[in-house]
Amino acid sequence: MQMLGKLSWDAIPLNEPIPLVASGLVAVVGLLVLAWVTFKGYVPYLWREWITSVDHKRIGVMYTLLAMVMLLRGFTDAIMMRAQQALAFDAPGYLPPDHYNQIFSAHGTIMIFFVAMPFVIGLMNFVLPLQLGVRDVAFPTLNSVSFWLTASGALLVNISLLVGEFARTGWLPFPPLSELQYSPGVGVDYYIWALQISGVGTLLTGVNFVTTILKMRAPGMGLLRMPMFCWTALATNLLIVAAFPVLTATLAMLALDRYLGFHFFTNEAGGNVMMFMNLIWIWGHPEVYILILPAFGIFSEVISTFSSKPLFGYRSMVMATMAICILSFLVWLHHFFTMGAGADVNAVFGIATTIIAVPTGVKIFNWLFTMYGGRVRFTTPLLWSVAFMVTFVIGGMTGVLLAVPPADFVLHNSLFLVAHFHNVIIGGVLFGAFAGYTYWFPKAFGFCLDERLGKIAFWFWISGFYVAFMPLYVLGLLGMTRRMLRYDVPEWHPWVLLAGFGAVLILCGIIVQIVQLVVSIRNREQLRDVIGDPWDGRSLEWATASPPPVFNFAVLPNVEGEEAYWGIKQRALSEQRLGEEPVYEAIEMPRNSPTGFITAFFATVTGFALIWQIWWMVMLGLVGAFATFVVFAWRDVVEYEFPAEEVARIDRERRRARAAALPTLRQPT
Amino acid sequence: MTDIATPVPGFQGDPYKIGHRHHGRAEVGPASTRIVVAYGFWLFLLSDIIMFSALFAAYAVLAGSTADGPTGRDLFETPRVAVQTVCLLLSSFACGLAAVAARLRSQVWTQIGLLITGLLGLAFLLLELQEFANMIAAGAGPSRSAFLSAFFALVGCHGLHITLGLLWLGTMMAQIYVKGFRPPILRRLACFSLFWHALDIIWVALFSVVYLIGAHT
Repeated sequence: MQMLGKLSWDAIPLNEPIPLVASGLVAVVGLLVLAWVTFKGYVPYLWREWITSVDHKRIGVMYTLLAMVMLLRGFTDAIMMRAQQALAFDAPGYLPPDHYNQIFSAHGTIMIFFVAMPFVIGLMNFVLPLQLGVRDVAFPTLNSVSFWLTASGALLVNISLLVGEFARTGWLPFPPLSELQYSPGVGVDYYIWALQISGVGTLLTGVNFVTTILKMRAPGMGLLRMPMFCWTALATNLLIVAAFPVLTATLAMLALDRYLGFHFFTNEAGGNVMMFMNLIWIWGHPEVYILILPAFGIFSEVISTFSSKPLFGYRSMVMATMAICILSFLVWLHHFFTMGAGADVNAVFGIATTIIAVPTGVKIFNWLFTMYGGRVRFTTPLLWSVAFMVTFVIGGMTGVLLAVPPADFVLHNSLFLVAHFHNVIIGGVLFGAFAGYTYWFPKAFGFCLDERLGKIAFWFWISGFYVAFMPLYVLGLLGMTRRMLRYDVPEWHPWVLLAGFGAVLILCGIIVQIVQLVVSIRNREQLRDVIGDPWDGRSLEWATASPPPVFNFAVLPNVEGEEAYWGIKQRALSEQRLGEEPVYEAIEMPRNSPTGFITAFFATVTGFALIWQIWWMVMLGLVGAFATFVVFAWRDVVEYEFPAEEVARIDRERRRARAAALPTLRQPT
Repeated sequence: MTDIATPVPGFQGDPYKIGHRHHGRAEVGPASTRIVVAYGFWLFLLSDIIMFSALFAAYAVLAGSTADGPTGRDLFETPRVAVQTVCLLLSSFACGLAAVAARLRSQVWTQIGLLITGLLGLAFLLLELQEFANMIAAGAGPSRSAFLSAFFALVGCHGLHITLGLLWLGTMMAQIYVKGFRPPILRRLACFSLFWHALDIIWVALFSVVYLIGAHT
């Protein structure tokens, strides 16, 4: 038996310069950052304040940061593909097929699982307890475990760049291609274990947030007084709890096929390939709503705030959200109308799919009516929201078109489909994430992002998006299929070049966003948010300081109606004084814990060992994880007390800033 | 859930206003830790049951795909499965008795109850492993046919849950012994018994769908 399983020096792609240089660069930059952090003596600080933190705000920030770093990785893949297709007209291009296939697989996997998911989960993490008026999520340490497991999955995907290979099977590993017979390498195994580990993290997040929303709300915060973002987060997390176990089970079946010779999805011994399609899309279709619903919530908050009006049709919005939550489970088959289920089955799923457009349309009209007659301020978050409404309607309509089975038979697997889902994911989820990032940044760090650079980045992104993806609709109608390595149809070439130019515009947008972050940090004193309410907000997160103290609220707010903070603020403004100073009491807060980090360490070891079939290391990882569990369960002191005097000092400071600002704020009319 | 914790101090009737939800009145702020923990664990169990439902669905799809190999009728031994079922149900009964003993703060009886729970669980697991070993030895392993793949995965996943439950149980007993009946320990014990009973429910479904139907068709 080999000590290191399948692992040997052959795993390092010494003869492939592109992945070698790319991964080498990533490794060098990573090591340099690590060395710099160590040299500057930041390690104890990071360990104490971030790595072991169970504060939902810190964890939210780390999730968002992970998403942004992985966005760079995923975008690099995207621009490499665009470059390949731009060069590959009647020519081989610069990427070998083997590498190109890994790139499109990694691009999709990373963008969905390690950009979109951590971005929306990060924003939910940061915002939910603040909007609900409580001190933390239901299970703070579990929250940290969730984050580090997600990071562990992301790490495994990146390790595959240097050690071994990634899957060549697309972002969903369809069998029989993903079976051992056709994918004998470790690529699919990297995919499976990276997703299993991060999937557990996501599932635990779902459990945690549903419990938080349903069981942890400030006094008086009835369900129908919650901000819209909390409602969409509730729907999303219910979907996570109901859908992610199916992903876990499906990938486990694929793993059993590959590792132990099972026959779930093989061509032999009665395996059923189409069962994989059904199972993966029973998870996969809710997944797209898991991503888009929090974005809908962000747009609701942003549009209402910057239109200086309550959200139009709040209750119809709640109904629409929950309707989408349920309908999302009834449409999975539209991903494979071409399977041959027959006209009747296809018709049922086609109609169900078009029905989802109704609650979504309700939402669009609600947002429009929220803006109508409002005092609209065109800040960066609002620009993202308006761009979203236009873009998402286009993407939604092409979606309804694809929901018609005969049309789908023609457009299936063409670039039309690729254009459609980028249209809704970029125009919906990513724009929402950027709107939320700009909107809540001052709350997280105490200073705003530079508005001028934010707007420049926005215009690059929106123009880049249209230039990059509208040509793909045309290409799809011209018959170009997705994931093409090279082609010889002259009519396609100009459109492919145009799409490539669009990707360059998006690159400019990303560069400006990085510059915006750097410039804003440098100018933070001028951009300072002194009172904690820079946008004239309406929900409770704006009631506390920016950044909020570790306990969020010195005294849990007493909610007396919808738009909890707006009511408090209007009263203070009309009376020109704050409410009475409350009686401050000591606050019990959860202690930091390295459990999440250590669990994720052992999960990474186990995952890596499973990929390379190093069985002793698998055992080591599992025993380590169990030992971590026991040690965590054994600790006696789980909370510390935040003294009342300290709470009083911090809150009096906030009240002083607010009282001083009262005469300068917009007065009630 | 099993109500094993003492009432909240200052308990006045119905602290969560479950019975009278007048709009806006019922919201008294965050629920107690006991409620939050149990609620979260219920959600986890629901998600676990959904995972099993995916495996059940796969089994239902593949049950007929025997690839000319042995069928359930050839393989399943109803007496063994009957004994397994009795072990598991008695184990859950013992778990319930342990919960009662914990409510009475009886260290000895709690430990005895949990020990019986564990031993019966172990007996169940050994019977299952023996069944698996017999089948594999007879050439009816998971790679023989899609039907057997689905069978081993579904039943094996339940067995894996029992194994993890036994590890948890051992940890639990040690904790109760060392730390006594503190509120966090009691909350965990309540979660454990929820878990153990949920595995029973899944076994009942397994017993009916896989063994009963399989052995008679």
